[in-house]
Formats: sequence, C-alpha cells, structure tokens
Amino acid sequence: MAYDVNGTTVEHDEEGYITNLSEWSRELADIIAAAEEVEMGEEHWAVVNFLRDYYEEYQIAPAVRVLIKSIKKSMGPEVGNNKYMYELFPYGPAKQACKIAGLPKPTGCV
Amino acid sequence: MSETIKKFLYVNRKAPYGTIYAQESLEVVLIGAAFDQDVSLAFLDDGVFQLTKGQDTKEIGLKNFSATYRALGDYEVTKLYVEKESLEERGLTLDDLQNIEYEDEDDDYAEKSSIRLISRAEMAEVMADQDVVLSF
Amino acid sequence: MGTLHTVNKSPFQNQTLLSCLGHTHEGDAVLMIEDGVYGAVTGTAISEALSKMGSDVSLYVLGADLAARGIDAGRMAEGVISVDYEGFVDLSATHDRVQNWL
Repeated sequence: MAYDVNGTTVEHDEEGYITNLSEWSRELADIIAAAEEVEMGEEHWAVVNFLRDYYEEYQIAPAVRVLIKSIKKSMGPEVGNNKYMYELFPYGPAKQACKIAGLPKPTGCV
Repeated sequence: MSETIKKFLYVNRKAPYGTIYAQESLEVVLIGAAFDQDVSLAFLDDGVFQLTKGQDTKEIGLKNFSATYRALGDYEVTKLYVEKESLEERGLTLDDLQNIEYEDEDDDYAEKSSIRLISRAEMAEVMADQDVVLSF
Repeated sequence: MGTLHTVNKSPFQNQTLLSCLGHTHEGDAVLMIEDGVYGAVTGTAISEALSKMGSDVSLYVLGADLAARGIDAGRMAEGVISVDYEGFVDLSATHDRVQNWL
C-alpha cells in the first residue's frame, strides 16, 4: 500500500499512516488529506505544523486533549476547542491530523 | 468523571535502552494519564539513568524517548521523584539530569521543575503513600 | 496493613532484593518468589542484610519455588516463613498494596 507523490511511492500501513516518517512532504500531506476528504486550509496547516514540531521536540504525537489545549494556547479558543477541531478533522483531530502530518498514530489511540 | 481519585506510582528501576521496561513504562504513563488519577513517577536504582541528559540513540537504531519525559507536564504528570542515593551510587548529580518542567496553571503558568530529589527514606514514604504501585 | 513486596530475582544476579529491603516500612512484608527464593537461604553473601531487617518487616518465601529448586527448609535463614499459594493470596489480601520488584 502506497501513496503516489509525482511518481514516487510512499509506503503506508493499512490505516494510511506512512511507514517511514522521513518521507513526508507538503505535497504528500495534500495527497493524504485528499484521500481523507479534508481540504487543507490555513488552520489545518497550523495544526499539522504544530504536530510535526511537537513530535520533533518530544518524539511523540500528543494525545487529542493535549493537542487541543496547546492549540488553544497558541491559536486561541476559537480554534482550540473540541468542536472546531473536529470540524477541521472530522475523523479526530489527533488521529487524522497525525496521518496527514506523516506521524504515527498518537499514543493511546486504538 | 471519576469519583475517586487514586494515587498511582510508577516505579522505574531499569536503565533505558538495554531492556524495553523504561519505554514501556513511559508509554503506560502517557496512556494512563487520560484517566485523571494522581500520578507520580519514581526513579531509583538504574532507573535514574532514564533521565540523564545528552542521550543520542542515532547509531543504535532506537528511538530517543528521553525527550518524551519533557512532555509529561502537558499530560499533567508533574511529580518525578528521583532518589538521591541512587544518583550518588552512580556518580551522578541533579546536573546530569535533563530539565523537566511543567507549567503551573494555578500560578500564572509559571514553569516549575517536575523533578523532586528525595532520599531513600523519603522514597520509602512515597511508596507507602500510594493506592497502586506499578513496577517497571 | 503496610505493603506486600514481592521479589522474583536472585539477589546474586542483581540488587533488587537489597533495594526492596531498603525501601520497606515497619509492618511491611517481603515475599521471595521464583529465583528470589535464593535470597532466603542462610549463610550467603546477602543473609546479613536479611537478618538486619529485624522484626519490623516480615519475611516470607514461596514454598513451591523453594522445593522446585531443591532448597531444603533447613537451609532457610532464621525468621523466614514459608507459605503456599494460598498463603500468597492471603498476604496480598491483608496488605494495603502489593509492590512487585521486577
């Protein structure tokens, strides 16, 4: 199973998470998002970038409540709340956004 | 959600990369943090090696999960008890450990250290004060 | 009533039993199981540490693990009580918490 990024294949698991984290690119993110039927806007990117920074710093993808709390702090309560985050990523702000960000499924998600 | 908050202590006594215990413990702590209990971590014996700074696992092909301890504050895990005697026996001091901080929401988000250096006798007190003790 | 500590590693292989003994409280019990039962034998390099515990801490050993290793009850250090599996369950039930030293 793989995504096709301009002719290059990027392997993913049965749920769509890429296998090799270093193969991520913004083009790939758009392709994963399209497969998820998510149209990437500015706020989607902000969340994806936050997740990538968090992973880079702490070596984990944060749990959803940690993500929302942090987004609330950095982008304000209009974005950093449960309802809005689920509007951005209907299949779960942590799960789905992590997939688009090229990260593993957050620790604790089944 | 939970009516009774219990005191959970995770006891860490193994060095980080030789066995999987340390990483498993950390993972259980992160998952367990969702349950709103009163969580503490204890680091004694070789467990104090888990917190040393400057770990670099690139060449052994394992994830450097030492960075993840610094995320514990986000998960409201803010009590990391480190045993003084265990450090000393291994030629270590607090300066050899990485800074692990949390933001105190009740104190204008002031950054405070999560690491609490205690003696072996105090560690025994901490252990005796728990509802549940989980060893790794 | 206190903590029931279990130790399942030989004290000649690592420091777990000694560390456990160093973190006990008055009223606690230490139960040696599996390879931990080698710690209950008298006249060894660690039996002094065990005898220093005095009567504040009760010492137990799982008889089945002793027998499996051919350790005769006569070689057990003074004050160590041998229990069967039911005794193990009773100890777990009568203490406030169980701490397994891995």
